[in-house]
Amino acid sequence: MKNVITIFNREFRSYFSSPIAYVVIGLFLVLTGVFFYLLMSSFLQYSANLQWQAARMRQPAPPVNVNHMIIRPLFSNISVITLFVVPMITMRSFSDDKKTGTLELLLTSPVTTAQIVAGKFLAAFSLYVIMALLTWVYPLVIVFFGDPDVMPVAISYIGILGMGAASVGIGVWISSMTENQIISAMGTFVVLLFLWLVGWFANFSSGAIGGFFQYLSIVEHFDDFAKGIFDTGHLMYYLSLCGITLFLAHQSIESLRWRS
Amino acid sequence: MIEIRNLTKRYGSFLAVDDITFEVEKGKILGFLGPNGAGKTTTMRIVTGFMPPTKGTAVVSGFDVVDNPLDVKRRIGYMPETPPLYVDMTVEEYLNFAARLKQIPAKEVKGAMELACEKVDLNNVLSKVIKALSKGYKQRVGLAQAIIHDPEVLILDEPTIGLDPIQIREVRELIRSLAGEHTIILSTHILPEVDMICDEVVIIQNGKIIAKDTPDGLSKSMKGAERLTVVVEGPTEEVSSVASATEGVNSILESTAENGHCSLVLECDFKFHVRKSLSNVFSKKGWSLLEMKVKESTLEDVFIHMMSSSEEEEV
Repeated sequence: MKNVITIFNREFRSYFSSPIAYVVIGLFLVLTGVFFYLLMSSFLQYSANLQWQAARMRQPAPPVNVNHMIIRPLFSNISVITLFVVPMITMRSFSDDKKTGTLELLLTSPVTTAQIVAGKFLAAFSLYVIMALLTWVYPLVIVFFGDPDVMPVAISYIGILGMGAASVGIGVWISSMTENQIISAMGTFVVLLFLWLVGWFANFSSGAIGGFFQYLSIVEHFDDFAKGIFDTGHLMYYLSLCGITLFLAHQSIESLRWRS
Repeated sequence: MIEIRNLTKRYGSFLAVDDITFEVEKGKILGFLGPNGAGKTTTMRIVTGFMPPTKGTAVVSGFDVVDNPLDVKRRIGYMPETPPLYVDMTVEEYLNFAARLKQIPAKEVKGAMELACEKVDLNNVLSKVIKALSKGYKQRVGLAQAIIHDPEVLILDEPTIGLDPIQIREVRELIRSLAGEHTIILSTHILPEVDMICDEVVIIQNGKIIAKDTPDGLSKSMKGAERLTVVVEGPTEEVSSVASATEGVNSILESTAENGHCSLVLECDFKFHVRKSLSNVFSKKGWSLLEMKVKESTLEDVFIHMMSSSEEEEV
Protein backbone atom coordinates (compact mmCIF):
# COMPACT_ATOMS: atom_id res chain seq x y z
CA MET A 1 0.00 0.00 0.00
CA LYS A 2 2.87 2.35 0.86
CA ASN A 3 4.31 1.77 -2.59
CA VAL A 4 0.99 2.58 -4.22
CA ILE A 5 0.85 5.83 -2.25
CA THR A 6 4.42 6.72 -3.27
CA ILE A 7 3.61 6.25 -6.96
CA PHE A 8 0.24 7.95 -6.57
CA ASN A 9 1.82 11.01 -4.94
CA ARG A 10 4.34 11.52 -7.68
CA GLU A 11 1.84 10.98 -10.48
CA PHE A 12 -0.79 13.18 -8.94
CA ARG A 13 1.64 16.03 -8.30
CA SER A 14 2.99 15.80 -11.82
CA TYR A 15 -0.47 16.69 -13.16
CA PHE A 16 -0.31 19.94 -11.25
CA SER A 17 3.35 20.74 -11.85
CA SER A 18 2.62 20.69 -15.58
CA PRO A 19 -0.24 22.64 -17.17
CA ILE A 20 -2.20 19.44 -17.86
CA ALA A 21 -4.45 19.53 -14.80
CA TYR A 22 -5.34 23.19 -15.23
CA VAL A 23 -5.96 22.93 -18.97
CA VAL A 24 -8.05 19.78 -18.65
CA ILE A 25 -10.15 21.02 -15.75
CA GLY A 26 -10.53 24.47 -17.29
CA LEU A 27 -11.58 23.07 -20.66
CA PHE A 28 -14.01 20.68 -19.03
CA LEU A 29 -15.65 23.39 -16.94
CA VAL A 30 -15.97 25.73 -19.90
CA LEU A 31 -17.61 23.03 -22.03
CA THR A 32 -19.99 21.86 -19.31
CA GLY A 33 -20.70 25.51 -18.44
CA VAL A 34 -21.73 26.24 -22.02
CA PHE A 35 -24.10 23.28 -22.00
CA PHE A 36 -25.51 24.32 -18.66
CA TYR A 37 -26.12 27.84 -19.93
CA LEU A 38 -27.86 26.59 -23.06
CA LEU A 39 -30.05 24.20 -21.10
CA MET A 40 -30.95 26.95 -18.64
CA SER A 41 -31.80 29.39 -21.42
CA SER A 42 -34.01 26.99 -23.28
CA PHE A 43 -35.70 26.00 -20.05
CA LEU A 44 -36.45 29.66 -19.23
CA GLN A 45 -37.76 30.29 -22.70
CA TYR A 46 -39.96 27.24 -22.49
CA SER A 47 -41.40 28.12 -19.07
CA ALA A 48 -41.94 31.77 -20.11
CA ASN A 49 -43.84 30.49 -23.13
CA LEU A 50 -45.98 28.28 -20.96
CA GLN A 51 -46.77 31.12 -18.61
CA TRP A 52 -47.69 33.42 -21.45
CA GLN A 53 -49.99 30.81 -22.97
CA ALA A 54 -51.54 30.10 -19.58
CA ALA A 55 -52.14 33.79 -19.01
CA ARG A 56 -53.83 34.07 -22.40
CA MET A 57 -56.13 31.16 -21.50
CA ARG A 58 -56.68 32.71 -18.05
CA GLN A 59 -55.55 29.51 -16.42
CA PRO A 60 -52.77 28.76 -13.86
CA ALA A 61 -49.46 27.79 -15.48
CA PRO A 62 -48.81 24.04 -15.47
CA PRO A 63 -45.83 22.88 -13.35
CA VAL A 64 -42.56 22.18 -15.16
CA ASN A 65 -40.06 19.58 -14.11
CA VAL A 66 -36.49 20.93 -13.66
CA ASN A 67 -35.09 17.48 -13.09
CA HIS A 68 -36.44 16.32 -16.38
CA MET A 69 -35.60 19.46 -18.32
CA ILE A 70 -32.22 20.49 -16.95
CA ILE A 71 -30.57 18.00 -14.63
CA ARG A 72 -31.05 14.91 -16.73
CA PRO A 73 -29.77 16.36 -20.00
CA LEU A 74 -27.02 18.20 -18.13
CA PHE A 75 -25.58 14.99 -16.74
CA SER A 76 -25.95 13.25 -20.08
CA ASN A 77 -23.90 16.04 -21.61
CA ILE A 78 -21.31 15.90 -18.86
CA SER A 79 -20.96 12.16 -19.37
CA VAL A 80 -20.27 12.66 -23.07
CA ILE A 81 -17.81 15.51 -22.48
CA THR A 82 -15.77 13.33 -20.13
CA LEU A 83 -15.17 10.96 -23.04
CA PHE A 84 -13.29 13.76 -24.76
CA VAL A 85 -11.35 14.86 -21.71
CA VAL A 86 -10.24 11.51 -20.26
CA PRO A 87 -7.70 10.83 -23.05
CA MET A 88 -5.94 14.06 -22.09
CA ILE A 89 -5.71 12.93 -18.48
CA THR A 90 -4.36 9.47 -19.19
CA MET A 91 -2.19 10.06 -22.25
CA ARG A 92 0.99 10.53 -20.20
CA SER A 93 0.36 7.79 -17.69
CA PHE A 94 2.71 5.08 -18.90
CA SER A 95 3.71 6.57 -22.26
CA ASP A 96 5.87 9.26 -20.68
CA ASP A 97 7.68 6.76 -18.46
CA LYS A 98 8.32 4.54 -21.43
CA LYS A 99 9.68 7.37 -23.51
CA THR A 100 11.99 8.96 -20.91
CA GLY A 101 13.20 5.65 -19.47
CA THR A 102 11.80 6.26 -16.00
CA LEU A 103 9.84 3.05 -16.40
CA GLU A 104 13.19 1.34 -15.96
CA LEU A 105 13.51 3.02 -12.57
CA LEU A 106 10.06 1.83 -11.54
CA LEU A 107 10.60 -1.70 -12.79
CA THR A 108 13.99 -2.09 -11.11
CA SER A 109 12.71 -0.77 -7.77
CA PRO A 110 11.26 -3.09 -5.15
CA VAL A 111 7.65 -2.53 -6.21
CA THR A 112 5.34 -4.86 -8.09
CA THR A 113 3.81 -4.05 -11.45
CA ALA A 114 0.36 -4.21 -9.87
CA GLN A 115 1.36 -1.47 -7.43
CA ILE A 116 2.64 0.71 -10.25
CA VAL A 117 -0.57 0.26 -12.25
CA ALA A 118 -2.70 0.93 -9.17
CA GLY A 119 -0.77 4.10 -8.27
CA LYS A 120 -1.01 5.47 -11.77
CA PHE A 121 -4.68 4.63 -12.14
CA LEU A 122 -5.58 6.21 -8.79
CA ALA A 123 -3.70 9.39 -9.65
CA ALA A 124 -5.49 9.79 -12.99
CA PHE A 125 -8.83 8.84 -11.47
CA SER A 126 -8.39 11.34 -8.63
CA LEU A 127 -7.85 14.13 -11.12
CA TYR A 128 -11.00 12.96 -12.90
CA VAL A 129 -12.96 12.96 -9.62
CA ILE A 130 -11.84 16.51 -8.80
CA MET A 131 -12.76 17.64 -12.29
CA ALA A 132 -16.17 15.92 -12.26
CA LEU A 133 -17.11 17.11 -8.78
CA LEU A 134 -16.29 20.71 -9.64
CA THR A 135 -19.53 20.69 -11.64
CA TRP A 136 -21.48 20.74 -8.36
CA VAL A 137 -22.12 24.47 -8.86
CA TYR A 138 -24.59 23.79 -11.68
CA PRO A 139 -27.01 21.70 -9.63
CA LEU A 140 -26.48 24.17 -6.78
CA VAL A 141 -27.73 27.04 -8.95
CA ILE A 142 -30.85 25.03 -9.67
CA VAL A 143 -31.36 24.18 -6.00
CA PHE A 144 -31.00 27.87 -5.24
CA PHE A 145 -33.58 29.09 -7.76
CA GLY A 146 -35.80 26.06 -8.13
CA ASP A 147 -37.01 23.03 -6.33
CA PRO A 148 -35.38 19.96 -7.90
CA ASP A 149 -35.28 16.44 -6.57
CA VAL A 150 -31.78 16.09 -5.06
CA MET A 151 -31.54 12.31 -5.02
CA PRO A 152 -31.18 11.95 -8.83
CA VAL A 153 -28.29 14.44 -8.70
CA ALA A 154 -26.42 12.27 -6.19
CA ILE A 155 -27.13 9.15 -8.23
CA SER A 156 -25.95 10.87 -11.40
CA TYR A 157 -22.65 11.62 -9.71
CA ILE A 158 -22.26 7.96 -8.78
CA GLY A 159 -22.77 7.19 -12.47
CA ILE A 160 -20.27 9.86 -13.54
CA LEU A 161 -17.64 8.42 -11.20
CA GLY A 162 -18.32 4.85 -12.32
CA MET A 163 -18.05 5.84 -15.93
CA GLY A 164 -14.85 7.71 -15.12
CA ALA A 165 -13.31 4.65 -13.48
CA ALA A 166 -14.01 2.68 -16.65
CA SER A 167 -12.76 5.29 -19.10
CA VAL A 168 -9.64 6.16 -17.06
CA GLY A 169 -8.93 2.42 -16.90
CA ILE A 170 -9.13 2.27 -20.69
CA GLY A 171 -6.82 5.28 -20.96
CA VAL A 172 -4.21 3.79 -18.61
CA TRP A 173 -4.31 0.54 -20.53
CA ILE A 174 -3.84 2.21 -23.92
CA SER A 175 -0.99 4.35 -22.59
CA SER A 176 0.77 1.23 -21.33
CA MET A 177 1.02 0.03 -24.91
CA THR A 178 2.75 3.00 -26.52
CA GLU A 179 5.51 5.45 -25.73
CA ASN A 180 3.87 8.10 -27.88
CA GLN A 181 1.49 10.39 -26.01
CA ILE A 182 -0.44 11.37 -29.13
CA ILE A 183 -1.08 7.76 -30.08
CA SER A 184 -2.01 7.11 -26.48
CA ALA A 185 -4.56 9.95 -26.44
CA MET A 186 -5.90 9.18 -29.92
CA GLY A 187 -6.21 5.47 -29.17
CA THR A 188 -8.08 6.11 -25.95
CA PHE A 189 -10.35 8.57 -27.69
CA VAL A 190 -11.17 6.11 -30.47
CA VAL A 191 -11.94 3.30 -28.03
CA LEU A 192 -14.17 5.56 -25.93
CA LEU A 193 -15.88 6.90 -29.03
CA PHE A 194 -16.49 3.35 -30.18
CA LEU A 195 -18.00 2.44 -26.82
CA TRP A 196 -20.26 5.46 -27.16
CA LEU A 197 -21.34 4.93 -30.77
CA VAL A 198 -21.87 1.22 -30.34
CA GLY A 199 -25.13 2.16 -28.61
CA TRP A 200 -26.39 3.60 -31.89
CA PHE A 201 -25.44 0.49 -33.79
CA ALA A 202 -27.62 -1.35 -31.32
CA ASN A 203 -30.64 0.58 -32.62
CA PHE A 204 -30.11 -0.78 -36.12
CA SER A 205 -29.47 -4.38 -35.18
CA SER A 206 -31.82 -6.72 -33.46
CA GLY A 207 -31.77 -9.78 -31.26
CA ALA A 208 -28.73 -10.95 -29.37
CA ILE A 209 -26.26 -8.80 -31.32
CA GLY A 210 -28.29 -5.66 -30.69
CA GLY A 211 -28.52 -6.50 -27.02
CA PHE A 212 -24.80 -7.11 -26.87
CA PHE A 213 -24.01 -3.78 -28.53
CA GLN A 214 -26.43 -2.10 -26.19
CA TYR A 215 -24.70 -3.68 -23.23
CA LEU A 216 -21.28 -2.65 -24.49
CA SER A 217 -22.16 1.02 -24.80
CA ILE A 218 -20.54 3.07 -22.08
CA VAL A 219 -23.08 5.90 -22.37
CA GLU A 220 -26.13 3.65 -22.56
CA HIS A 221 -25.34 2.47 -19.04
CA PHE A 222 -25.34 6.03 -17.84
CA ASP A 223 -28.94 6.75 -18.89
CA ASP A 224 -30.45 5.15 -15.83
CA PHE A 225 -28.13 7.04 -13.51
CA ALA A 226 -29.13 10.33 -15.18
CA LYS A 227 -32.77 9.42 -14.66
CA GLY A 228 -32.06 8.94 -10.97
CA ILE A 229 -32.32 5.17 -11.05
CA PHE A 230 -29.59 3.41 -9.15
CA ASP A 231 -28.96 0.01 -10.70
CA THR A 232 -26.00 -1.99 -9.38
CA GLY A 233 -25.86 -3.81 -12.73
CA HIS A 234 -24.68 -0.63 -14.46
CA LEU A 235 -22.15 0.04 -11.72
CA MET A 236 -20.89 -3.52 -12.09
CA TYR A 237 -20.44 -2.91 -15.82
CA TYR A 238 -18.25 0.12 -15.13
CA LEU A 239 -16.27 -1.56 -12.38
CA SER A 240 -15.65 -4.71 -14.39
CA LEU A 241 -14.57 -2.65 -17.40
CA CYS A 242 -12.17 -0.81 -15.10
CA GLY A 243 -10.88 -4.07 -13.62
CA ILE A 244 -10.38 -5.72 -17.00
CA THR A 245 -8.50 -2.77 -18.49
CA LEU A 246 -6.22 -2.46 -15.46
CA PHE A 247 -5.50 -6.17 -15.70
CA LEU A 248 -4.62 -5.69 -19.38
CA ALA A 249 -2.38 -2.74 -18.48
CA HIS A 250 -0.63 -4.95 -15.95
CA GLN A 251 -0.13 -7.67 -18.56
CA SER A 252 1.16 -5.22 -21.14
CA ILE A 253 3.79 -3.83 -18.72
CA GLU A 254 4.78 -7.32 -17.61
CA SER A 255 5.13 -8.44 -21.21
CA LEU A 256 7.70 -5.67 -21.77
CA ARG A 257 10.03 -7.63 -19.55
CA TRP A 258 9.68 -10.67 -21.74
CA ARG A 259 9.79 -9.00 -25.10
CA SER A 260 11.59 -5.66 -25.09
CA MET B 1 28.02 -11.44 -4.07
CA ILE B 2 26.89 -11.69 -7.67
CA GLU B 3 26.90 -15.04 -9.38
CA ILE B 4 25.92 -15.43 -12.98
CA ARG B 5 25.66 -18.95 -14.34
CA ASN B 6 25.10 -19.94 -17.97
CA LEU B 7 23.03 -16.85 -18.57
CA THR B 8 21.34 -16.77 -21.96
CA LYS B 9 18.92 -14.23 -23.39
CA ARG B 10 17.21 -14.64 -26.71
CA TYR B 11 15.07 -12.03 -28.45
CA GLY B 12 13.15 -14.02 -30.99
CA SER B 13 15.87 -15.54 -33.12
CA PHE B 14 18.51 -13.05 -31.99
CA LEU B 15 20.86 -14.35 -29.32
CA ALA B 16 21.78 -11.29 -27.24
CA VAL B 17 23.58 -13.06 -24.42
CA ASP B 18 25.04 -16.48 -25.02
CA ASP B 19 25.76 -18.70 -22.05
CA ILE B 20 27.89 -16.40 -19.93
CA THR B 21 29.19 -17.25 -16.46
CA PHE B 22 31.07 -14.99 -14.07
CA GLU B 23 31.18 -13.92 -10.45
CA VAL B 24 31.90 -10.71 -8.61
CA GLU B 25 33.23 -10.80 -5.07
CA LYS B 26 32.01 -8.48 -2.36
CA GLY B 27 33.50 -5.00 -2.52
CA LYS B 28 35.04 -5.45 -5.97
CA ILE B 29 34.50 -3.46 -9.14
CA LEU B 30 33.93 -5.50 -12.25
CA GLY B 31 34.35 -3.80 -15.61
CA PHE B 32 32.10 -5.07 -18.31
CA LEU B 33 33.74 -4.27 -21.57
CA GLY B 34 32.60 -4.70 -25.11
CA PRO B 35 31.56 -2.92 -28.30
CA ASN B 36 28.06 -1.51 -28.63
CA GLY B 37 25.47 -4.21 -28.99
CA ALA B 38 27.64 -6.88 -27.36
CA GLY B 39 25.02 -7.70 -24.74
CA LYS B 40 26.27 -5.60 -21.83
CA THR B 41 23.03 -3.78 -21.16
CA THR B 42 20.98 -6.94 -21.58
CA THR B 43 23.09 -8.76 -18.99
CA MET B 44 22.80 -5.86 -16.57
CA ARG B 45 19.06 -5.64 -17.04
CA ILE B 46 18.76 -9.31 -16.21
CA VAL B 47 20.83 -8.88 -13.04
CA THR B 48 18.63 -5.97 -11.93
CA GLY B 49 15.48 -8.02 -12.42
CA PHE B 50 14.22 -5.75 -15.20
CA MET B 51 13.84 -8.73 -17.50
CA PRO B 52 14.12 -12.47 -16.95
CA PRO B 53 16.80 -14.59 -18.65
CA THR B 54 15.84 -17.17 -21.28
CA LYS B 55 18.12 -19.68 -19.58
CA GLY B 56 20.55 -19.73 -16.69
CA THR B 57 20.54 -17.98 -13.34
CA ALA B 58 21.67 -14.74 -11.79
CA VAL B 59 22.01 -14.67 -8.01
CA VAL B 60 22.55 -11.45 -6.06
CA SER B 61 23.45 -11.74 -2.36
CA GLY B 62 21.95 -15.20 -2.32
CA PHE B 63 18.67 -14.25 -3.99
CA ASP B 64 17.74 -15.49 -7.43
CA VAL B 65 16.52 -12.68 -9.70
CA VAL B 66 13.66 -14.75 -11.09
CA ASP B 67 12.46 -16.36 -7.86
CA ASN B 68 12.91 -13.40 -5.49
CA PRO B 69 12.88 -10.30 -7.67
CA LEU B 70 11.82 -7.94 -4.87
CA ASP B 71 14.62 -9.08 -2.55
CA VAL B 72 17.11 -8.56 -5.33
CA LYS B 73 15.74 -5.15 -6.25
CA ARG B 74 15.95 -4.01 -2.64
CA ARG B 75 19.69 -4.75 -2.68
CA ILE B 76 20.53 -3.26 -6.05
CA GLY B 77 21.09 0.28 -7.16
CA TYR B 78 20.87 0.62 -10.92
CA MET B 79 21.75 3.45 -13.19
CA PRO B 80 20.72 2.82 -16.80
CA GLU B 81 22.57 4.37 -19.68
CA THR B 82 20.21 7.34 -19.75
CA PRO B 83 19.52 8.35 -16.16
CA PRO B 84 15.83 7.67 -15.42
CA LEU B 85 14.84 11.18 -14.35
CA TYR B 86 11.49 12.87 -13.98
CA VAL B 87 12.63 16.13 -15.50
CA ASP B 88 9.70 18.17 -14.19
CA MET B 89 10.69 17.53 -10.60
CA THR B 90 13.32 19.31 -8.55
CA VAL B 91 16.34 17.29 -7.48
CA GLU B 92 15.03 17.19 -3.93
CA GLU B 93 11.55 16.00 -4.94
CA TYR B 94 13.02 13.38 -7.21
CA LEU B 95 15.39 11.97 -4.61
CA ASN B 96 12.62 11.97 -2.05
CA PHE B 97 10.50 9.94 -4.47
CA ALA B 98 13.39 7.58 -5.21
CA ALA B 99 14.04 7.08 -1.49
CA ARG B 100 10.41 6.18 -0.84
CA LEU B 101 10.21 4.00 -3.92
CA LYS B 102 13.16 2.05 -2.54
CA GLN B 103 11.34 1.65 0.74
CA ILE B 104 13.53 3.67 3.01
CA PRO B 105 11.50 4.18 6.22
CA ALA B 106 9.93 7.66 6.33
CA LYS B 107 12.09 8.78 9.26
CA GLU B 108 15.33 7.91 7.50
CA VAL B 109 14.51 9.46 4.14
CA LYS B 110 16.00 12.82 5.00
CA GLY B 111 19.26 11.34 6.26
CA ALA B 112 19.57 9.07 3.23
CA MET B 113 19.02 12.01 0.89
CA GLU B 114 21.64 14.11 2.65
CA LEU B 115 24.18 11.30 2.55
CA ALA B 116 23.60 10.57 -1.14
CA CYS B 117 23.83 14.27 -2.05
CA GLU B 118 27.02 14.55 -0.03
CA LYS B 119 28.57 11.61 -1.88
CA VAL B 120 27.79 12.85 -5.37
CA ASP B 121 28.07 16.54 -4.51
CA LEU B 122 24.59 17.73 -5.36
CA ASN B 123 23.91 20.03 -2.43
CA ASN B 124 24.03 23.25 -4.43
CA VAL B 125 21.37 22.21 -6.96
CA LEU B 126 18.82 20.57 -4.64
CA SER B 127 16.03 23.03 -5.38
CA LYS B 128 16.62 23.18 -9.13
CA VAL B 129 14.31 21.55 -11.62
CA ILE B 130 16.10 18.58 -13.20
CA LYS B 131 15.25 19.81 -16.71
CA ALA B 132 17.50 22.82 -16.14
CA LEU B 133 20.57 20.85 -15.05
CA SER B 134 23.63 20.17 -17.17
CA LYS B 135 24.32 16.68 -18.40
CA GLY B 136 26.96 16.11 -15.74
CA TYR B 137 24.58 17.02 -12.96
CA LYS B 138 21.84 14.87 -14.42
CA GLN B 139 24.26 11.97 -14.41
CA ARG B 140 24.99 12.66 -10.76
CA VAL B 141 21.31 12.77 -9.89
CA GLY B 142 21.00 9.39 -11.59
CA LEU B 143 23.88 8.12 -9.51
CA ALA B 144 22.41 9.57 -6.31
CA GLN B 145 19.19 7.73 -7.08
CA ALA B 146 21.14 4.48 -7.41
CA ILE B 147 23.02 4.80 -4.12
CA ILE B 148 20.30 6.41 -1.99
CA HIS B 149 19.21 3.19 -0.29
CA ASP B 150 22.83 2.16 0.34
CA PRO B 151 22.52 -0.96 -1.81
CA GLU B 152 24.93 -3.85 -1.52
CA VAL B 153 25.26 -4.01 -5.28
CA LEU B 154 25.57 -1.16 -7.75
CA ILE B 155 25.02 -1.64 -11.45
CA LEU B 156 26.15 1.23 -13.62
CA ASP B 157 25.54 1.20 -17.36
CA GLU B 158 28.15 3.45 -18.99
CA PRO B 159 28.28 5.94 -16.12
CA THR B 160 30.69 8.35 -17.77
CA ILE B 161 29.13 8.55 -21.22
CA GLY B 162 28.56 12.08 -22.46
CA LEU B 163 30.47 13.83 -19.70
CA ASP B 164 33.33 16.29 -20.13
CA PRO B 165 36.84 15.20 -19.08
CA ILE B 166 36.70 16.84 -15.66
CA GLN B 167 33.31 15.33 -14.90
CA ILE B 168 34.54 11.96 -16.09
CA ARG B 169 37.42 12.13 -13.63
CA GLU B 170 35.08 13.09 -10.83
CA VAL B 171 32.65 10.29 -11.56
CA ARG B 172 35.49 7.78 -11.73
CA GLU B 173 36.83 8.92 -8.38
CA LEU B 174 33.34 8.68 -6.98
CA ILE B 175 32.92 5.13 -8.22
CA ARG B 176 36.32 4.17 -6.83
CA SER B 177 35.32 5.58 -3.46
CA LEU B 178 32.09 3.60 -3.48
CA ALA B 179 33.88 0.26 -3.89
CA GLY B 180 34.54 -1.65 -0.71
CA GLU B 181 31.13 -0.98 0.77
CA HIS B 182 29.40 -1.71 -2.49
CA THR B 183 29.97 -4.38 -5.06
CA ILE B 184 29.92 -2.74 -8.46
CA ILE B 185 29.37 -3.88 -12.01
CA LEU B 186 30.19 -1.20 -14.52
CA SER B 187 29.85 -1.35 -18.25
CA THR B 188 31.87 0.74 -20.60
CA HIS B 189 33.56 0.76 -23.93
CA ILE B 190 36.23 3.17 -22.77
CA LEU B 191 39.36 1.16 -22.07
CA PRO B 192 41.40 3.48 -19.84
CA GLU B 193 38.38 3.61 -17.58
CA VAL B 194 38.60 -0.09 -16.91
CA ASP B 195 42.32 0.22 -16.35
CA MET B 196 41.79 2.97 -13.82
CA ILE B 197 38.87 1.82 -11.75
CA CYS B 198 38.19 -1.87 -12.15
CA ASP B 199 39.50 -4.81 -10.16
CA GLU B 200 38.39 -7.29 -12.76
CA VAL B 201 37.44 -7.16 -16.42
CA VAL B 202 35.06 -9.24 -18.42
CA ILE B 203 35.23 -8.69 -22.15
CA ILE B 204 32.11 -9.63 -24.03
CA GLN B 205 31.39 -9.74 -27.72
CA ASN B 206 28.33 -10.95 -29.59
CA GLY B 207 26.93 -12.13 -26.27
CA LYS B 208 29.92 -14.32 -25.44
CA ILE B 209 32.66 -13.80 -22.87
CA ILE B 210 35.97 -13.71 -24.70
CA ALA B 211 38.22 -12.81 -21.77
CA LYS B 212 38.01 -12.63 -18.00
CA ASP B 213 40.96 -11.35 -15.94
CA THR B 214 42.36 -8.40 -14.00
CA PRO B 215 43.31 -5.35 -16.10
CA ASP B 216 47.01 -6.02 -15.41
CA GLY B 217 46.66 -9.67 -16.24
CA LEU B 218 45.09 -8.84 -19.57
CA SER B 219 47.86 -6.44 -20.52
CA LYS B 220 50.48 -9.00 -19.45
CA SER B 221 48.92 -11.75 -21.47
CA MET B 222 49.59 -9.62 -24.54
CA LYS B 223 53.22 -9.10 -23.60
CA GLY B 224 54.22 -12.53 -24.90
CA ALA B 225 54.58 -10.58 -28.10
CA GLU B 226 56.07 -7.16 -27.65
CA ARG B 227 56.17 -4.39 -30.17
CA LEU B 228 59.30 -2.53 -30.98
CA THR B 229 59.74 0.69 -32.88
CA VAL B 230 63.20 1.17 -34.43
CA VAL B 231 64.53 4.07 -36.46
CA VAL B 232 67.73 3.34 -38.36
CA GLU B 233 69.84 5.39 -40.74
CA GLY B 234 70.22 3.05 -43.71
CA PRO B 235 68.61 1.66 -46.87
CA THR B 236 65.09 0.55 -46.10
CA GLU B 237 65.02 -2.77 -47.93
CA GLU B 238 68.30 -3.98 -46.52
CA VAL B 239 67.43 -2.88 -43.02
CA SER B 240 64.15 -4.70 -43.27
CA SER B 241 65.67 -7.91 -44.46
CA VAL B 242 68.37 -7.82 -41.79
CA ALA B 243 65.80 -7.08 -39.09
CA SER B 244 63.49 -9.88 -40.13
CA ALA B 245 66.40 -12.32 -40.18
CA THR B 246 67.22 -11.55 -36.55
CA GLU B 247 66.27 -14.25 -34.08
CA GLY B 248 63.12 -13.38 -32.15
CA VAL B 249 61.57 -11.01 -34.70
CA ASN B 250 58.26 -12.48 -35.75
CA SER B 251 57.18 -9.98 -38.35
CA ILE B 252 57.50 -6.42 -39.57
CA LEU B 253 54.24 -4.61 -39.08
CA GLU B 254 55.15 -1.31 -40.69
CA SER B 255 58.10 0.14 -42.49
CA THR B 256 58.46 3.71 -43.67
CA ALA B 257 61.36 5.55 -45.23
CA GLU B 258 62.07 9.22 -44.77
CA ASN B 259 65.19 11.36 -45.37
CA GLY B 260 67.44 8.31 -45.52
CA HIS B 261 65.97 7.08 -42.23
CA CYS B 262 63.95 4.00 -42.07
CA SER B 263 61.55 3.35 -39.30
CA LEU B 264 60.13 -0.08 -38.58
CA VAL B 265 57.54 -1.49 -36.23
CA LEU B 266 58.44 -5.03 -35.32
CA GLU B 267 56.55 -7.71 -33.51
CA CYS B 268 59.01 -9.62 -31.41
CA ASP B 269 58.96 -12.65 -29.21
CA PHE B 270 59.23 -11.76 -25.56
CA LYS B 271 61.63 -14.60 -24.74
CA PHE B 272 64.60 -13.41 -26.83
CA HIS B 273 66.87 -10.43 -26.23
CA VAL B 274 65.76 -8.88 -29.45
CA ARG B 275 66.82 -5.33 -28.66
CA LYS B 276 70.38 -6.38 -27.87
CA SER B 277 70.83 -8.49 -30.99
CA LEU B 278 69.24 -5.84 -33.21
CA SER B 279 71.56 -3.08 -32.04
CA ASN B 280 74.55 -5.42 -32.53
CA VAL B 281 73.52 -6.32 -36.05
CA PHE B 282 72.89 -2.72 -37.05
CA SER B 283 76.22 -1.48 -35.68
CA LYS B 284 78.09 -4.31 -37.51
CA LYS B 285 76.51 -3.08 -40.75
CA GLY B 286 77.59 0.46 -39.94
CA TRP B 287 74.04 1.87 -39.70
CA SER B 288 73.38 4.22 -36.84
CA LEU B 289 70.53 3.33 -34.58
CA LEU B 290 68.60 6.55 -33.94
CA GLU B 291 65.72 5.32 -31.89
CA MET B 292 64.42 2.15 -30.34
CA LYS B 293 61.49 1.86 -28.00
CA VAL B 294 59.15 -0.77 -26.66
CA LYS B 295 55.52 -0.09 -27.29
CA GLU B 296 53.62 -1.06 -24.12
CA SER B 297 50.50 -2.88 -25.06
CA THR B 298 47.51 -1.16 -23.54
CA LEU B 299 44.12 -2.58 -22.85
CA GLU B 300 43.19 -0.99 -26.14
CA ASP B 301 45.50 -3.39 -27.93
CA VAL B 302 44.20 -6.29 -25.91
CA PHE B 303 40.70 -5.34 -26.76
CA ILE B 304 41.29 -4.91 -30.47
CA HIS B 305 43.46 -8.00 -30.59
CA MET B 306 40.75 -10.07 -28.93
CA MET B 307 37.96 -8.64 -31.00
CA SER B 308 39.77 -9.35 -34.23
CA SER B 309 40.95 -12.81 -33.22
CA SER B 310 37.51 -13.86 -32.09
CA GLU B 311 36.07 -12.56 -35.33
CA GLU B 312 38.60 -14.60 -37.27
CA GLU B 313 37.58 -17.70 -35.38
CA GLU B 314 33.99 -17.13 -36.36
CA VAL B 315 34.92 -16.71 -40.00
